Amino acid sequence: MTNKSGQAPVVPGLPKKKFKLMNWVWAIILIGGLFVSTQETNTSLPVLFQNFSNFTEIFVEMAKPDWSYSGTVIPLVLQTIKMAILGTFFGSLAAFFYSLLIARNVVKNKVVTGVFRFIMNIIRTIPDLLLGAIFVAIVGTGTFAGVLALSVFTFGVVVKLFYEAIETIDNGPIEALTAVGANKWQIITDAVLPQVMTYFISYTLYAFEINVRASTVLGYIGAGGIGLYLQQTLDVFQYERTGTIIIIIVIVVVLIDYISSKAREALMK
Amino acid sequence: MEYKQLAPAPKSTAKRIKTWLIVIISLALLIWSFTDMDFGGIKPSAKQIVGSIFNGLLHPDWSYVYTGDGEDLLSALWETICIAFLGTFISAIISLPFAFWAARTKYKHWFTSRLGKIVLAIIRSFPEIVLALMFIKAVGPGAAAGVLALGVHSVGMLAKLFSESIENLDEGANEAVIASGGSKWHVMMFATMPNLMPSLISNTLYRFDVSLRSASVLGLVGAGGIGYPLMTALNYRMWSRVGIILLGIIILVMIVDWISGWIRSKLV
Amino acid sequence: MANANTPMIECKNVSKVYPDGTVGLKDINLTINKGEFVVVVGLSGAGKSTLLRSINRLQDVSGGEILIDGKSITAAKGKELRLIRRDIGMIFQSFNLVKRSSVLRNVLVGRVAYYPTWKTTFNLFSKEDKQKAYEALQQVGLAEKVYNRADELSGGQQQRVAIARVLEQNPKIILADEPTASLDPETSKRIMNDLKMLNEKYGMTVIANLHSVELAKEFGQRVIGIRAGQVVYDGKMSETPESVFTNIYNGGNGKEAADD
Ligand SMILES: Nc1ncnc2c1ncn2[C@@H]1O[C@H](COP(=O)(O)OP(=O)(O)OP(=O)(O)O)[C@@H](O)[C@H]1O
Ligand SMILES: [Mg+2]
Repeated sequence: MTNKSGQAPVVPGLPKKKFKLMNWVWAIILIGGLFVSTQETNTSLPVLFQNFSNFTEIFVEMAKPDWSYSGTVIPLVLQTIKMAILGTFFGSLAAFFYSLLIARNVVKNKVVTGVFRFIMNIIRTIPDLLLGAIFVAIVGTGTFAGVLALSVFTFGVVVKLFYEAIETIDNGPIEALTAVGANKWQIITDAVLPQVMTYFISYTLYAFEINVRASTVLGYIGAGGIGLYLQQTLDVFQYERTGTIIIIIVIVVVLIDYISSKAREALMK
Repeated sequence: MEYKQLAPAPKSTAKRIKTWLIVIISLALLIWSFTDMDFGGIKPSAKQIVGSIFNGLLHPDWSYVYTGDGEDLLSALWETICIAFLGTFISAIISLPFAFWAARTKYKHWFTSRLGKIVLAIIRSFPEIVLALMFIKAVGPGAAAGVLALGVHSVGMLAKLFSESIENLDEGANEAVIASGGSKWHVMMFATMPNLMPSLISNTLYRFDVSLRSASVLGLVGAGGIGYPLMTALNYRMWSRVGIILLGIIILVMIVDWISGWIRSKLV
Repeated sequence: MANANTPMIECKNVSKVYPDGTVGLKDINLTINKGEFVVVVGLSGAGKSTLLRSINRLQDVSGGEILIDGKSITAAKGKELRLIRRDIGMIFQSFNLVKRSSVLRNVLVGRVAYYPTWKTTFNLFSKEDKQKAYEALQQVGLAEKVYNRADELSGGQQQRVAIARVLEQNPKIILADEPTASLDPETSKRIMNDLKMLNEKYGMTVIANLHSVELAKEFGQRVIGIRAGQVVYDGKMSETPESVFTNIYNGGNGKEAADD
């Protein structure tokens, strides 16, 4: 910082910060969005606080569970778990074959993969309960509708994970097998599957965790399982019973989550 | 020349037993799941209904898209977006303190964070629909109940994701602030939050995708959004209406997924 | 300097045992005077980082006492501790910048302990401090990067931002833990020169852990050798024979002793 003329060094002042348009745009979108959506949904905190006692009342009632009711609840919880297992099974099975069809390193035809991926993306958009409502309309109330809904839902969740796993594998073995003249199926069983199997199992377990959660409410719209009683007890204000159901659901879900995620960790080690 | 005999692949018996045990247990669970399932009671009309739904999807009720009276598809979808947006925002705010509670860091006892994780697991497992019904009792039926239900329920997942980001945080920047005499709050403001921001935004956007799907079903119990008109259309067997609503949901979710994916890719 | 022999850092019987039983430091007694430029050498795992991180209490010691300018940092708590730390700048091997913040904001971090919390929260740094930060950046030759994000800079530039941060902090002591370990020789020199400038121009006491014997010889006035958590050598650089380095590195691994 010496200058040639030998005068005292001139220290330049801090320049003005550059104006970052995009930051402002995002801020405006966020604030505008909050304002508009608060208006649109009529969400108002004062109203919530005024009526908060209604909310806590239910909570307090639920916190006094009616344990005599658990005899009724547990068989239905088991049924719910069965639905989740079946849904996971069928959904993953279908996703398994489907993912081979849309992995670009297995099927080279861009049109085929493109079309099937589009269908997959459509299926993925439909939420679990909507699938439940649709299948109830189709096959009537009961566990079958639930299993169908969960199968399609599982398919949507895992198929994407599956094919992405396939596409990230090491291509060496595929090329090696292609070079020795192996057919598609041999390539799949000898080069692809050994590399992705642990991932597939892990994703299936993950889907199972989601399904257990989803299956507990399917009954609410008539698609089988414990959700039915959730609706019935809430409708007649038997909150102690609702509380019993919820506590049992929470325990089961947390337990299954814990076991399954530990299993996944062990698997990926 | 003599060749050695190929020895069998080395494999520990313990490991083999374990693998087989897992396979057998899984199969047993699967078979057990098939028991007592009534797959017989399919309505005879099922085939015809599937036909009608597909027919409805192919011939959607375009007139329902926009009627101008606020009872149309676009208004319902718009309401759904708003529920998801506000609900996600609320849950992101609530999630922050929960995330710091549940994150396992060297600054606090492991028991504290374990407790936080359990609380989050319970929130996650508390059925969203029940939460919506409880809020309906508090603020009346409608979108607001949906917003609140989403806002609370999403905390379970979002705070978990947040806390994982906190656990993976680079400690170095924190140390630099501490070393220059900063307080815990300074560490938070100058190192932790700026480093955390991208993953907070990314996780929140991801959660918005999920919330949008939730918002479109909360209507099934009267908590606003597109779910209610869909339920009505299904009940009254207005298949072309069902068709246009499904189309609407699919397109909306796809567009939002695409936008949020795009923003998230910009973040890193 | 008038009072060149005032002690700046005093370690009295300092020891550190990690929770897992590893001995980090064993009965360290050291006095470092104001204005000294000390280099600490020793094998990897000898305890150099542990020593530095104990001095500003990024880690607690298990025994003994450390005085900073006469005040005990090992006994200080809360605000008092933070005020002592304000007088100790630190340079890290991995720079430890907030990657996603601007260079300016990173430099201003050096100033946080001078403000009440609420002011820093709303980013209400004074104009003078912002200007000072800018001047610090000019001193390390990074003025034009002031509004860039820290992660857009190269490693050497990031370390210079860290030096500007210390300049902004204006401490009495600088602890530098292998400040050049991840940089190329040319850049390393430049960083060491910056540290030398802080030492000579502002009279800051510098303690630097160095792996490179060459850099240690060039910049250090005093050498402290550490092995297995103990001080095994302490003396003026000019009076230190080559054998000391070979001894400390126990034959060494060639690379470190090599000079050209
Ligand atoms: N957090 C910790 N927990 C347990 N042991 C530790 C911890 N940090 C350091 N150690 C141990 O303390 C000893 C001294 O480590 P330290 O980091 O001070 O060495 P160093 O001289 O800085 O080495 P390097 O040149 O590799 O940086 C080593 O044996 C190290 O394994
Ligand atoms: Mg070290």
